[in-house]
Amino acid sequence: MSVEAPVISCQNVWKIFGNDPAKFLSNMTPDMSFDDIRAAGYIAGVKDVSIDVHKGEMLVIMGLSGSGKSTLVRCFSRLHDITGGTITVEGQDIMSLPEKELIDLRRSKMGMVFQSFGLLPHRTVLENVAFPLEMRGQDKHTRRARALEVVKLVGLEGREDYFPRELSGGQQQRVGIARSLAIEPDIWFLDEPFSALDPLIRKEMQDEFLRLQQMLNKTIVFITHDFDEALRLADRIAIMKDGAVEQCDTPDQIVLHPATEYVRKFTEDIDKARVVHAGVLADADATGEGDPVDAGATVHAMARMLVNDSRSMIPVKRDTALIGAMPRKAALDILLGADT
Amino acid sequence: MTTETTSLPAPRTAWSNGQIAIGFVGTAIIMTILQYLGLLPGWLHRLPETIIPNFAGWLDTIFNFVKDDLGLLALTRFLTEGLQWLLDASGNIFFGKRRWPFIGPIPWTALAAVAAIVGYYLGGWRLAVLGGGTMVWTALIGQWKIAMETMSVLAIAAPLAFVIGLTMGIAAWKFAWVDKAIKPILSVLQTLPFFTYLLPAVIFFKVGPTAGAVATTIYAIPPMILMTTLGLQKVSPEVVEAGKMSGCTKFQMLRHVYLPSARTEILVGVNQVIMLSLAMVVLTAFIGMPGLGAKLLAMMGSFKLGRSFEIGVTIVLLAVMLDRMSKAWVVKQPEHFEKGTVFWQRHKMLLIGVAAFIGFTLISLVVPYFAEVGRGQDFSQGKELDNLIKGFLNIEWVKATTGFLRAFLNVQVLIPFRNFLLSIPTPAFVLLVAAFALALAGRKQAIYALIFFSLVALSGWWDRAVITLYSVISAVTLAALIGLPIGIIAARSKKWANRVLLICDTAQTFPSFVYLIPAIMLFGITDIAVIFSILIFAMVPLTRYTIEGLRTVPEEMTEAADMSGATRLQKLWNVQLPLALPTMAVGFNQAIMFAFFMVIIAAFIGTQDLGQELQRTLAGTDLGKNFVLGICVALMALTFDLTIMKWAADKKRALGLP
Repeated sequence: MSVEAPVISCQNVWKIFGNDPAKFLSNMTPDMSFDDIRAAGYIAGVKDVSIDVHKGEMLVIMGLSGSGKSTLVRCFSRLHDITGGTITVEGQDIMSLPEKELIDLRRSKMGMVFQSFGLLPHRTVLENVAFPLEMRGQDKHTRRARALEVVKLVGLEGREDYFPRELSGGQQQRVGIARSLAIEPDIWFLDEPFSALDPLIRKEMQDEFLRLQQMLNKTIVFITHDFDEALRLADRIAIMKDGAVEQCDTPDQIVLHPATEYVRKFTEDIDKARVVHAGVLADADATGEGDPVDAGATVHAMARMLVNDSRSMIPVKRDTALIGAMPRKAALDILLGADT
Repeated sequence: MTTETTSLPAPRTAWSNGQIAIGFVGTAIIMTILQYLGLLPGWLHRLPETIIPNFAGWLDTIFNFVKDDLGLLALTRFLTEGLQWLLDASGNIFFGKRRWPFIGPIPWTALAAVAAIVGYYLGGWRLAVLGGGTMVWTALIGQWKIAMETMSVLAIAAPLAFVIGLTMGIAAWKFAWVDKAIKPILSVLQTLPFFTYLLPAVIFFKVGPTAGAVATTIYAIPPMILMTTLGLQKVSPEVVEAGKMSGCTKFQMLRHVYLPSARTEILVGVNQVIMLSLAMVVLTAFIGMPGLGAKLLAMMGSFKLGRSFEIGVTIVLLAVMLDRMSKAWVVKQPEHFEKGTVFWQRHKMLLIGVAAFIGFTLISLVVPYFAEVGRGQDFSQGKELDNLIKGFLNIEWVKATTGFLRAFLNVQVLIPFRNFLLSIPTPAFVLLVAAFALALAGRKQAIYALIFFSLVALSGWWDRAVITLYSVISAVTLAALIGLPIGIIAARSKKWANRVLLICDTAQTFPSFVYLIPAIMLFGITDIAVIFSILIFAMVPLTRYTIEGLRTVPEEMTEAADMSGATRLQKLWNVQLPLALPTMAVGFNQAIMFAFFMVIIAAFIGTQDLGQELQRTLAGTDLGKNFVLGICVALMALTFDLTIMKWAADKKRALGLP
């Protein structure tokens, strides 16, 4: 993780829906639960969330529907005004931005992809993609050139003049992705971008998305309700329930050390061997002997070696440097399930 | 309309709505019996003249204050100038009025060709035939000039109504207080008889096309406002957020995101604006607006049935053409062209249209017949048709039938019914209406009914109001007796349901004026003709909503009835009708609204109701009286509207229907 200041930082963020949320928040006691708040006639969309997103990181926010994940991400871009706390984006407190600067921020720094695509039905693919550029007043020629470039990037070449209704769901979401990338944003929000798609298409789009991310290396906040998707994509995962973040950590840590009962239930059926990496199991103080394994290898990938090997401590390297050693038993426990 | 929670627990000691309603009815019956026995004091039978407030006079004072002292008249006269200029210009283009820009009239062949091509572009060859055919018919029958007089006003009034309606719709969507302010005004405007629009239009905007255009515009605005607001509210939140994240300013949001996304609803609004404008522009004949309406009025007045019939056909054709084309526009989606499509192929229809227009214009310079169908060159069969119709009506059995119907209905049904209604003491009548509202809807509606009908009583036009109500009730009852069975039978098969629905849809596009033609043809200028014209006009929504209600009963329920071994009749009676009832009630309500509308128009046949008085006011400047009469009609219509719609909504909710 980088030591730079976080790109997005939120401190004790509250978003409450109801008649007079500000007054309610100032009067409420801090120990009120989600249900207490609901009994008072309000809904806690986001409940006292503090979370940082670092540059170049992919943070996946995950939770069931109604857990507040979409609300939280809409607070980041100030599509929702928050009720309490602060959110800063690149050091600027976004709640204090006047409308014009907020628009400028969105025009130059942010892109967003939506679950049901949010395409404008009366515009062609190209016009949809060029829309953010048009809004910030770029001339016709430049925006066309840029839009063509992005359309090509997402693999929709040759369909520039189609209308959204003439495209399949997967293709429509490619348009949504292209549009969100048109302005070359630094921060990329994706709100369940693949949930509306068929499973096969979803897999294909995830691959496509990983390819794009490797190429572009943006700061990403990705929302999903699909834990497998989260594990597949995330640098860090924040699990939300009833508006609050239950745990925010790397996939390995979430699987190995669930912070709450709720998170544990989520991770129960996950094949941990596919999630946990050698680097996480490595004990920095310990040393091993023989050929080292790569820190980025999953237990699953090492399975054959783990079973056949006889060493008790296996050295782990990151790039070329040794970072410690991993007890083989710990890895085998993950692979086979710890004996109880 | 405001919604009201019905689930509020009533105080335990209070009587239920039903009991109170029965109490009201009982009191009314006792009062009526006393009246028959001659025991009721006169002041309870009809309000004494002395206590009737001079509403008309007060209104006149207010009007005069606004008109002269606040300078509204100066303002509207100023607006009149501008409007006059616009109408002159469109008049020149459409029928060659000698005004700027001195280029018209457009040859009928050129317009017919353009109509056909626009029709083809929007909906294929069927619409092409409809568009071109309507124009050719109008020209060849010799009504081109009057039709174009009508169209020239329509061409100004409809866009004006569109722009104003759209703006107000956006304002109502944006600001809650605007919405709150205009909603009640809109519901009153929609029930206000059209004669009430006409007189202020005349006073403020001069007799003739300007006043006609203003009345037409105002009449067509409400649905545009409603559709705009509806469309904007329905834009998907993700599209809105996508717009915001694209960095749209507020204006860009409206211009590029909201309005285009609400395209469908806005175009439906356009369709309604066009149809209402056409219906109204025909009616403005009553304030001296030349055109199809004026001609029809004159022909019907002099009982020239053949010509009336021909004009009626022209109006109907124009209405159907405009309706079908604008509806085709609603569903028309943009198509993309493959890359490298050349310019002329992308804009093929546009180019053909322009070419046809220029071509026919040039030809018409050489062949005068292509420019204008002259006197004596047309194919009008007015006289022959006239003789035919009159001959038909004179055939012994036809004469006997209509004569019998007329006599039977009049002597046995209508007149006794009317006399009975008139014999009910005013307070008893008001109580009966309140009981009706209470039993169907609730206390709030009952209180409205009490207030509204008391106001009607206080207006001093009670007897005429009762006669109006009598026409409405008898016509709607007859319409239900005919329309409901038709709907029920048609709903039995999908094929027939669709056919009858198509007929209803088409019939609903006809300007109301047209419905008078068959009524007058069959029954001459009599009371029965009035009832008959309302009857066919009101039958359309009744049949239509009956079919819709029955066809939308969820299939599982009819299947469940089938599996329970229900016979067709049992299924209809126990499953389909109860579930269709709320929808049918909406149709019933619309029928009543239509009836109130028609009964006023029919006044010129010669009735003794409010419409007759209203029409008389048009000749003068008696704005106060005009408004009192108009509001009386609106209040009665609103009472029914509020009650029935509330009942339908309650019932729907109780049945768990959408």
